Amino acid sequence: MSEQTDNPIRDAISEAIADNPTILFMKGTPERPACGFSARTVAALQSLGAPFAAVDILPDPRIRQELSAISSWPTIPQLFVNGELVGGCDIVTEMYESGELAEALGVDATEGTAPPAAPEGAPVQAAPLGIENRLG
Amino acid sequence: MPTPEDIKTRIEAALPGASADVEDWTGGGDHFRATVVAEQFQGLNRIEQHRLVYDVFGAEIGGPIHALSLKTQVP
Repeated sequence: MSEQTDNPIRDAISEAIADNPTILFMKGTPERPACGFSARTVAALQSLGAPFAAVDILPDPRIRQELSAISSWPTIPQLFVNGELVGGCDIVTEMYESGELAEALGVDATEGTAPPAAPEGAPVQAAPLGIENRLG
Repeated sequence: MPTPEDIKTRIEAALPGASADVEDWTGGGDHFRATVVAEQFQGLNRIEQHRLVYDVFGAEIGGPIHALSLKTQVP
């Protein structure tokens, strides 16, 4: 049993970060991003064909509060790989352009080829957790 | 509402010797884009570099400053 606090939202977020090798906290969903920064970050991940879990922070403002408290990072989106904060839209975009993102995600990015057309619904894992469901 | 000039002044005051280029991304006074060059970034990874700048504004990020897009460089 991992360490529990008396804060179920914070626990759910920590668990999600621990349980998913690549997880993106965003506004909206990968299919329907609700913010340009989230959309850009999703696009970078999808064009690498990297599987990732996604959590929409919009349903409850406490998700964002607790997330930022955990990560010491004020903005959304936030990408975590192997439990570590990689960055938000700016850093992810920079890393995508330099090839570091593919490396961090352990995917093979073949330079110069067009991003593969993502098969309908393929690379994106369903959001793995019901943080919203724990809000009681 | 902060102006790009305010943002620049505050970053440069908090990180002595740094230079910041700030633009109002949307013209709406709440989405800014900044390129910051600072000796203080030496030896830090990107996350740590960005945190140094975000920390200047604390809770204003996500509040009055809706977005502050950053590019950080060591001189």
